[in-house]
Amino acid sequence: MSKNLKFGLLAAVILGTLGWLAAGGVEQTATYYKEIAEIQKMGNDSVDKRLRVGGDIKANSIVREGNKVHFTLIQNNLTLNVVYAGSDPLPDTFKDGSQAVADGKLASDGVFHATKVQAKCASKYEAKPTGSVTRG
Amino acid sequence: MENLGALAILLAFCFAIYAMVGSVAGKLAGRPFLIQSAQRAVYTVWALVTIAAVVLVYSIIQGDYRLAYVWETSNKTMPVQYKFAAWWGGQAGSLLFWSWLLATYSAVVTFQNRRKFREMMPYVIAVLMFTQTFFLILNAFVVSPFKLLMAGKGVIDLGDGQGLNPLLQYWTMVIHPPMLYLGYVGFAVPFAFAMGSLITKQPGEEWIKTTRRWTLVTWLFQSTGIVLGSAWAYAVLGWGGYWAWDPVENASLLPWITATAFLHSVMMQEKKGMMKVWNMVLVSSTFFLCIFGTFLTRSGVVQSVHAFAESPIGKYFVTFLAIGISLTVYLLLNRLEFLKSESQLESVLSRESSFMFNNLILLASCFSVLWGTLFPVITEYTMGEKISVDKPFFDRVNIPIALFLLLLTGVGPLIAWRRSSFESLKKAFRWPTIVGVATALILMATGMRHVYALMSFMLCAFVMTTVALEFWKGSRQIAAKSGQFLPMAMIELTHRNTRRYGGYLVHVGIVIMFIGFTGAAFNIDKTVELAQGQSTDLGPYNIKVIGYEEGENDQYRWDRVVIDLSKNGSHLDTVKPERRFFIASQTPTTDVALRRRLNEDVYINFAGTGAGNSYVMQTYVFPLVTWIWIGFIVVLFGTFVCLVPDKKKLVFPRMEVVGIGKPEKVQS
Repeated sequence: MSKNLKFGLLAAVILGTLGWLAAGGVEQTATYYKEIAEIQKMGNDSVDKRLRVGGDIKANSIVREGNKVHFTLIQNNLTLNVVYAGSDPLPDTFKDGSQAVADGKLASDGVFHATKVQAKCASKYEAKPTGSVTRG
Repeated sequence: MENLGALAILLAFCFAIYAMVGSVAGKLAGRPFLIQSAQRAVYTVWALVTIAAVVLVYSIIQGDYRLAYVWETSNKTMPVQYKFAAWWGGQAGSLLFWSWLLATYSAVVTFQNRRKFREMMPYVIAVLMFTQTFFLILNAFVVSPFKLLMAGKGVIDLGDGQGLNPLLQYWTMVIHPPMLYLGYVGFAVPFAFAMGSLITKQPGEEWIKTTRRWTLVTWLFQSTGIVLGSAWAYAVLGWGGYWAWDPVENASLLPWITATAFLHSVMMQEKKGMMKVWNMVLVSSTFFLCIFGTFLTRSGVVQSVHAFAESPIGKYFVTFLAIGISLTVYLLLNRLEFLKSESQLESVLSRESSFMFNNLILLASCFSVLWGTLFPVITEYTMGEKISVDKPFFDRVNIPIALFLLLLTGVGPLIAWRRSSFESLKKAFRWPTIVGVATALILMATGMRHVYALMSFMLCAFVMTTVALEFWKGSRQIAAKSGQFLPMAMIELTHRNTRRYGGYLVHVGIVIMFIGFTGAAFNIDKTVELAQGQSTDLGPYNIKVIGYEEGENDQYRWDRVVIDLSKNGSHLDTVKPERRFFIASQTPTTDVALRRRLNEDVYINFAGTGAGNSYVMQTYVFPLVTWIWIGFIVVLFGTFVCLVPDKKKLVFPRMEVVGIGKPEKVQS
C-alpha cells in the first residue's frame, strides 16, 4: 500500500470519528431559538425540544424559592413563566428589566423549565446617556 | 483636547494610506527615496496614533465626562489603574488600542528591517498599512472615541460617568485584554512578511526565520491572554468555570489553534522544505481569524455573555475580511509553482507524518470550534431557524482531539525524521509506555473509573516520561564527555538547542495544564440554602453558616455570609463569600470565597437571600484546578527558553545548498 494512501486512510479514520462525534454532539445539544409567540403556537411539538427564548424580565416577577427561581419573560407583550433550577448561579446582571435568555424545555403546563439563564443589561456598554447636563 | 485627538486620527489615516501607496509605488518605480518616505510615514502614523491615545487616556484620568466614551467607561471613584484600563474597556477605545498596537508593531518592524530585505520590505509595509488604514477608518469615521455627548453650547461638565463594568474591575482584567490584543495584532507581522515574500518570490525561508521570534512572542501573548481570561472567569464570574465555550472565548481560541499549528509546521518547512503552501495558509488563517475574532466580539453576530452591544462595525469587518481573503487566495494560487515542496513524505511512521497529524488534528479542532460558534448563523441561512450548540458539543469533539494531541506530544519528539522502524520505536517507547500504563493501573486500583480521565492521566505520564528521557539521554552524554555535574549538563544541553529543549519544557507545561483540566471530571457542585447555624456536607468538607455582615464604601454596598469551613470535623478556615452592589452603575456583582489548594479548590458563591433568614449559596469543589495556572507558568518559562539564542553556531547543510551567504545556526 502506498504511504500516501496509508496516510490518507488514517486521516480519514480520524476525521470520520470526529465528524461522528460532532454530529452526535449537535444532536445532543441543539437548541432552537424561538420567540415567545412561536413557543405558544408550538403546542405538543415543543415537548422534548431544547429551546432558547429571550425577553425582558418582568418587573417584580423574580421569586426565589429554595434552589428554584421563578420569573416572567416579556417579549412583544407576550409573557412566559420560567422556572430555573440549574446548578450554576444566575448572572449578576439578572435583575428586573434586564434582557435574559433562557435555555430549557417547555413543560406540558406551559411553564418553561430553564437549565441555563444568561442575562445582560441592555444598556451596559453603549448606553444612551440619560444623565442630567449641568450648564455653566 | 478631543479635537486634537480626532485630528491626530484623521492625519494618521492619511499617512497610513500614503505609506501603503508610497512604498509599493516606490518599489515598482525603483525610487528608494519614495520608499524611505513611506517608511517615515509609518513612524508618523505611530506618533499620531500615540497622540490620540494619550489624549484619550488623559481625558479618562482627568474625568472629562463630556466625552461619550469617558462617560460610559469611567467615573470619579474608580482607582487609577482601572481608569487606565478603561482605555480598552469599551468598543471605541479598544479599537483605538488595536490601532495603536498595530502602529507600534509596524514602526518596530520597519525600524528593525530598515536596511534589510530591500525586495520585500515595501510590500510588508504595504500589508501592515493596509490593515492599519482599515482600523483607522473605524477609529475616525465609525466608532470614534472622541464623540461628545453634547456638542459645544457651553457644556463644560457632565457630572460623573457610569464607570467601567464592575466585573472588569479586577487585576487580571487590567492585563488580560492588552495581552490578547498584543497577540491578535502581532500576527499581522508574520502575515505581512509571508505576503511580502510571496509577492516578491523570495527564495528560501527568509520570512519564516525573520518572523520566528515574532510568531513565538505573539503566540505567548495570545496564550497569556487566554489563560488570564480563564483565571478571571474562574475567580470573578461566580459560576466556577474557567471555560464555557462562549463565542467570545472561542474567538480568542481559534487563532491560537492555527498559530500553534503554524509553530509546529514551520519546522517542516525549515528542515525539509515541505508544506510551504500549508504554512502560507496557516499564517493567513491565523491573521484573518484574529480579525474575525475582533469582528465576532464586536458586532453582535452571535449572542454572547460578553455583552458588547450590536453596532454598525460588522459590515466594515466583513468587507475587510472579504477583500483581504480574496487577495490572499489569489496571490497563493498565483504563486503555487513557487511554493513547490522540496521533499516527499516517506513513511507514515516518521516525524514528518507526526507533524502532519498534529496539524490535521489542530485544524479539525479549529474547524469544530468555528462550526459550533457559527452554528446559529449557519442554520439560520440554511434551515431558516437559529439553532445553537452548547458545551457538550464542544467537549465531545475536543476532548478526544486533546487526548490525541497529548499522545502526539509524546510520540513526535522520539520518532525519527524520514522513517522509523517498529524496532526502534519499541525501544524508544518502552519506558514511557510502562510508566503510562502503570499510572493508569494505579489510579484504577484507587477506584477511578472515569475513562477519559484515566486516559488523560496515562498520557500525561507517558509524555512526561518521554521528555524526561530526552533530557536524561542528552545531558548524560554531555556529562560523560565534559565531566559536568548532571543538572549543569542539562542546562548546557538546553542552551545548545534552546528551541528543541525549550519546546519540551512547553510540552511539560501543557501536560501539567492537562492534569488540571482533567480534574474537572471530578468536580462536585451543590446549591444549598442555609440559615444561621445550619450546616451541610460538600464532599469531604463541611460548611456552616456562622454569621452575616453588611456594609458600604464609596464604590459599592456589600453583604456577606461568614462560613466556617471544616474537613473531617477539624476547622480549616473561615470564608466570606460576598455580594456587592455598585452604586454608580447600579450593578450587582459577587465576590466568591475561593480557598485554593494544590489538590482541590473550595469555591462558594453567595447567590442571595432566600425565604426566611436563609442564604442561598452555590458551593463547589474543583480538584486540581491550580495545576492549570502552574502549568501555564511552565509554558511561559519554556517559551522564554525557546527565545534564548543557541549557544553553538553550526552550519545547516540544506542552507548551504540554497546558497544564502552567511552560515546559519542549526535548529532542530
